[in-house]
Amino acid sequence: MGTTQSGILGGRLPLAEYEANFSDLHAPLDRHEALVAADRCYFCHDAPCMTACPTAIDIPLFIRQIATGNPIGSAKTIFDQNILGGMCARVCPTETLCEEACVRNTAEERPVEIGRLQRYASDIAMTENKQFYTRSARTGRRVAVVGAGPAGLACAHRLAVKGHDVVIYDAREKAGGLNEYGIAAYKAVDDFAQKEVDYVLSIGGIEVSHGKALGRDFSLADLAGEFDAVFLGLGLAGVNALRIEGENAEGVEDAVDFIAALRQSKTKADIPVGRRVVVLGGGMTAIDAAVQAKLLGAEEVTICYRRGKEHMNASGFEQDLAASKGVTIRHWLQPKRIAVKDGRVAGIELDYTTLDNGKLTTTGETGILAADQIFKAIGQTFEASALGALRMKSGRIVVDAEGRTSLEKVWAGGDCVLGGEDLTVSAVAMGRDAAGSIDRAFAAAQPLASAVA
Amino acid sequence: MADLRNNFVGIKSPNPFWLASAPPTDKAYNVERAFKAGWGGVVWKTLGEEGPPVVNVNGPRYGAIWGADRRLLGLNNIELITDRDLYVNLREMKQVKMNWPDRALIASIMVPCEENAWKAILPLVEETGADGIELNFGCPHGMSERGMGSAVGQVPEYIEMVVRWCKQYTRMPVITKLTPNITDIRKPARAARAGGTDAVSLINTINSITGVNLDTFSPEPSIDGRGSHGGYCGPAVKPIALNMVAEIARDTETHGLPISGIGGVTTWRDAAEFMALGAGNVQVCTAAMTYGFKIVQEMITGLSDWMDAKGHRTLDDISGRAVPNVTDWQYLNLNYITKAKIDQDACIKCGRCHIACEDTSHQAITQLVNGVRHFEVIEEECVGCNLCVNVCPVDNCITMETLPAGTLDRRTGKPVDPNYANWTTHPNNPMARQAAE
Repeated sequence: MGTTQSGILGGRLPLAEYEANFSDLHAPLDRHEALVAADRCYFCHDAPCMTACPTAIDIPLFIRQIATGNPIGSAKTIFDQNILGGMCARVCPTETLCEEACVRNTAEERPVEIGRLQRYASDIAMTENKQFYTRSARTGRRVAVVGAGPAGLACAHRLAVKGHDVVIYDAREKAGGLNEYGIAAYKAVDDFAQKEVDYVLSIGGIEVSHGKALGRDFSLADLAGEFDAVFLGLGLAGVNALRIEGENAEGVEDAVDFIAALRQSKTKADIPVGRRVVVLGGGMTAIDAAVQAKLLGAEEVTICYRRGKEHMNASGFEQDLAASKGVTIRHWLQPKRIAVKDGRVAGIELDYTTLDNGKLTTTGETGILAADQIFKAIGQTFEASALGALRMKSGRIVVDAEGRTSLEKVWAGGDCVLGGEDLTVSAVAMGRDAAGSIDRAFAAAQPLASAVA
Repeated sequence: MADLRNNFVGIKSPNPFWLASAPPTDKAYNVERAFKAGWGGVVWKTLGEEGPPVVNVNGPRYGAIWGADRRLLGLNNIELITDRDLYVNLREMKQVKMNWPDRALIASIMVPCEENAWKAILPLVEETGADGIELNFGCPHGMSERGMGSAVGQVPEYIEMVVRWCKQYTRMPVITKLTPNITDIRKPARAARAGGTDAVSLINTINSITGVNLDTFSPEPSIDGRGSHGGYCGPAVKPIALNMVAEIARDTETHGLPISGIGGVTTWRDAAEFMALGAGNVQVCTAAMTYGFKIVQEMITGLSDWMDAKGHRTLDDISGRAVPNVTDWQYLNLNYITKAKIDQDACIKCGRCHIACEDTSHQAITQLVNGVRHFEVIEEECVGCNLCVNVCPVDNCITMETLPAGTLDRRTGKPVDPNYANWTTHPNNPMARQAAE
């Protein structure tokens, strides 16, 4: 048992309990389990799971390769489509993607465990450091990639395979983007994000320049001048504000910062958490913050979402996970005012909400929850700067199906583009496809006189 | 309640489930456990002639193949006949028979193809009180290299000769166990009948190599890096065994010869099928070796409940019932027309029926209808082959529907002819007999 002292404190739990709480959410499948799970795949024709995968991994094939004792071949099938298949196996909301499409749902309401099988095969290949790709002869083309997240890494890898040289610029100290800073700790244990970055970069031809931010250290025009092509794979640096009274009180924090700090902490005991925590929002970020607050020893954690359960962006699985960890999810509550005492959060007053002809309105009723810590998880924004004349819409970059922006030589993908799904796996697909588009553009252009054979 | 009592060539047992001559019946300890579990009879593991017993390999004796979830589908063995002293076996058999007078106890025997060898062992066996003997002419490995087992079973003349000796030197019923490692199973069965056998039992195991170790390139099971073919058994061999049983049951020369059915019997349903094709009872080994003796309880209750549900009172009501329906291909009704039908409510949309038909058969199942994933039979193309039914993972989702006489077969554009017609009178058959005017 930990301490229930009020206020925002670290060390609420004994050390061993932190370790248990933040261990792997799903233990990896061992060989026997993987074979049993793989046996359930029907090897569907034109498989619905494959169609549902944003990176279109040949799922029936990789599962059959596992079932026939060829996990290395299986990993190659995965990586051919998704070089970050290891992380996607851990963080994909499979219950709304491949596993939702699995025909076994119709048969017995239990899909093939595609995500865990993908992890099984990709882990074996990565543990053995099995490299499947070698670089083509160097072309002499140089591409700048902005952002070392899933989109940027996938793009850089594919470009490197094609023989182009890549420089990735990233504002943070470590590469990986949200894989490193934005995912609940229990989903990517043992420093997996960095291991995966190392695995991806070992193809060669990719230089990563850390601590370099677009708009602060260089402009898009600078990159376009220096490189043959630019890929923008930026994340969402901005966080939506509540715009209510008390927002600046001590104890009101951004959920993304909390999640990032947790990931960077080794023991988690140093991460302070409130006794009564309220998380505002209804997406994965809200769930990740709430669950981890609970795992850090918070006595009460309540997610407040201003619409109904059916409107939450967090998947059913994630909601159930939160409930199983003791998080309370309350719907139809919208923050009205944060109660402050001595400059610190004391509670939050919420309006009850309802839908009136499809429009969200308050009912006039209010309620108060005691809280000493409040996390904001009500959405993030793309903070565009130094992008010049790049065409934007609704605050995001406009791209075509191949990832081309309105500017020649500039491609984009991931969370920063319009119409994305804010998923790691979608970002990978966009980065990969943009690399293909860049490569084709190079091929269509005049060959470089200075190309190295 | 159905009456499961079995009378096989005068040998009575409370049910038709016997354990075949094999490792499970090698000694009193196992057989006692089997009888306690409810087995109706056992065929004791094959006895050899007096003298130093055979020796077995000291490495793996079994190889296997598996289906999903490592379900054992086929087992192969290179074990020989009993490697215990003849008199130890005889003593134990006598004691067990005394302890279990209502159960069948059969002695399996394999001695050299010499009259004196058979003449010597038969009185010893008779003295145990055994209910009958089974001549092991089937064991395909090891013993066959010494001129016994399947080496005898593959030569009809030898079969007839040995059976004749046995009938001459013992009053016990003689069951001749046949090897399937032969081109035409009717030949050894006819020979056994000619020699005067009371019954045949089949099949013994099939020559087989279950696999190859791809690291060492040794066949499996591997003995110090080398392998020898073994005898294959288990669920995988059942279709082969059923056919051989049926061939003997419907052959004019062997029709009526009692048959003890062996080969992959794993459930009550398998047993009922063997009996329907003419077996008077069944012998089981691999299922017991996979799951233990308790499975006989499933077999007894399953057979009994099915018989009750169908109104069959005794085993005689079911034995041989399918035999008249086994015929030659040339007599199959070519005017019997079926079409596959997919139950859209049961369909899980895996697409296997489509790809099987599209890639390997008749292009008779859709994949998309109006742009939506939808699997439906195209009657104009469907030849009624049943492949889709067999590859569909959902039971009863795809069924073969018979086209009633007079309805239009959209593949041929002709109405279904109500009359039976077969190849013997078909106009495409150069040997066709003139159809009756």
